[in-house]
Amino acid sequence: MADKPLTSQPEKPPTLERLRAGWEKIASNRKALPIALVVGFLLSFAIPQFELVNPYVQLILMYIGINIILTISLNLVNGYMGEFSVGHAGFMAVGAYISALLTTRVFPLGSGAWLFPLAVIAGGVGAGLVGLVVAVPSFKTRGDYLAIVTLALNMIVKSVIENIEAIGGPRGIPGIDKLTTLPWTFFWTVLAVWVIRNFVYSNFGRGVLSIREDEIASDLMSVNTRQVKLLAFTISSFFAGIAGALFAHVLQFISPRVFDIIKSTDVLIMVYLGGIGSIAGSILGATIYTVLLEVLRPLGMWRMVFMPLVLVLLMIFRPRGIMGLREFRWFIPYRDLFASRLWRQKKEVPDASA
Amino acid sequence: MTYFLQQVLNALQLGSIYALIALGYTMVYGILTMINFAHGDLFMVGAFFCFIAATFLKLPFVPTLLLSMAGVALLGVTIERVAYKPLRQAPRVSAIITALGVGLFLENFTLVFSPYPQHVPTLIENKTWIIGGVAISSLQVIIILLALVLMILLDLIVRRTMVGMAMRAISWDKSIVPLMGVPVNLIISITFAIGTSLGAAAGTMYSLAFPVIDPYMGILVGWKAFISAVVGGIGNIRGAMIGGFILGAVEILVAAFLPSTYRDFVAFALLLVLLIFRPYGILGKPRPQKV
Repeated sequence: MADKPLTSQPEKPPTLERLRAGWEKIASNRKALPIALVVGFLLSFAIPQFELVNPYVQLILMYIGINIILTISLNLVNGYMGEFSVGHAGFMAVGAYISALLTTRVFPLGSGAWLFPLAVIAGGVGAGLVGLVVAVPSFKTRGDYLAIVTLALNMIVKSVIENIEAIGGPRGIPGIDKLTTLPWTFFWTVLAVWVIRNFVYSNFGRGVLSIREDEIASDLMSVNTRQVKLLAFTISSFFAGIAGALFAHVLQFISPRVFDIIKSTDVLIMVYLGGIGSIAGSILGATIYTVLLEVLRPLGMWRMVFMPLVLVLLMIFRPRGIMGLREFRWFIPYRDLFASRLWRQKKEVPDASA
Repeated sequence: MTYFLQQVLNALQLGSIYALIALGYTMVYGILTMINFAHGDLFMVGAFFCFIAATFLKLPFVPTLLLSMAGVALLGVTIERVAYKPLRQAPRVSAIITALGVGLFLENFTLVFSPYPQHVPTLIENKTWIIGGVAISSLQVIIILLALVLMILLDLIVRRTMVGMAMRAISWDKSIVPLMGVPVNLIISITFAIGTSLGAAAGTMYSLAFPVIDPYMGILVGWKAFISAVVGGIGNIRGAMIGGFILGAVEILVAAFLPSTYRDFVAFALLLVLLIFRPYGILGKPRPQKV
């Protein structure tokens, strides 16, 4: 009787086992990431060219890319640095407005498509400069008080735009050309992921993590916290601006209302859904949130009731989000992976001798 | 001068509403060190309870107010038990995100049943007295007085009763207080009930003063009340009252003497300047940090 559960234990289905082995092979393959990138890039050209999927799905793909940029840039500040920034839409607004003004008013007619990257970069730089406004108070204020600073910045940006009649005031800018294409979205998304991943795993970026763990201690260990914070906030807001510029040229109409606190909340939700301090988590969180909102569209108004419920349940049963503080192997540099493997082996030694 | 006095009266009215909501934020923060971002939406639910009681049940003012406060208190306690309690040991940010989720849920749930803005009937007959050129409406007087009474009552509860003592003890040191036999869960529930019912009272008053209500009204008002709580020093009850009145005064006076679209801009710019000089709010004290 005693050994009955043992013998009757069902074996794992072979297909599942094979799937898992295949997954393991892909996940541990260091060449898979470059291959996936090349395939993705080619696909991003091929999809609009040959109409592989309908325009609606293409639009969703672009939104996914933009949301990934937003999520990963906010994750740098909220996840890796451990601050609580709640005004990401403010930076987005700056990027969107600068780029939209450039393409609609400044650039000569018809040259928009060629000069579009310039407009996007200008939007990013503008947003990065505004990011300094948050970075400087962050030297002294922290935690919830810094959250208020970012919130106030979001509101101030919105209010300033509403009060400048020359850029449309509360009516916004209509008639923006649809210049954001799938390849551009893919390019900027990959660039944002690449820059932030390299930043976080660089020597300098370790300072960001140390600020999250303990700011005073990292200051004592001669981390230049001011410099680190300045750079992290600037990079984060730069990419928010980039995302804003892309967003403006997908939506083709922007107004201050688009970039209010609700938009910031959306980005926050994507960050914490995917999990803080994780690049794979940011990508997953942004993708799942965007796709889920579209898939649930038949529910109508109940969709917006259902989504927050999912979020609350996820937080209760998985408080750190899907990937919280863990990372998919593709994004971990080889030396770190190697070090952690060594560490694991060392740990196993006493077990073997015992 | 009369214009100025008139605006001061308006500022007191708006400030007392902000202060009441800010109290809810600050009480929950003091006891759980968690920002209850659903609080602004509980304020909205309070306004809707007032609308329901006044329109469908045809109740007069006082029962409406009590019903709204009781209903929202029950809702607040339920939310705490269901959504926040499992997260007490989790990272702080998870609880905050849960609160955001609960807030979104309340907004959109209300939106499903009330897709259009609703008009709240007048419950208090509005008389206007003119004293020295300043028009004082009975509604304004009632709002300001009621808010003051509620605040004094709260201050007495927190400072003079056993429950209040337990609240202060928990916010002082959360780990040692349960060992002294304080029923922590009960005290937290009471805190939520008091805080959210103050928010509901504010919602009722707000819907009487500005009678068009919609499910998203709680967002901006809630954030502003949160800012009031931070200006006063979050976790500090008297600070929240002061912060509420300051924000109300700034908003009304800016709108009175500058183009009204500058209101948010000036209010938030002032907040930024204040936080640079007093990073922990007016009455807040920095907690000592150890490495």
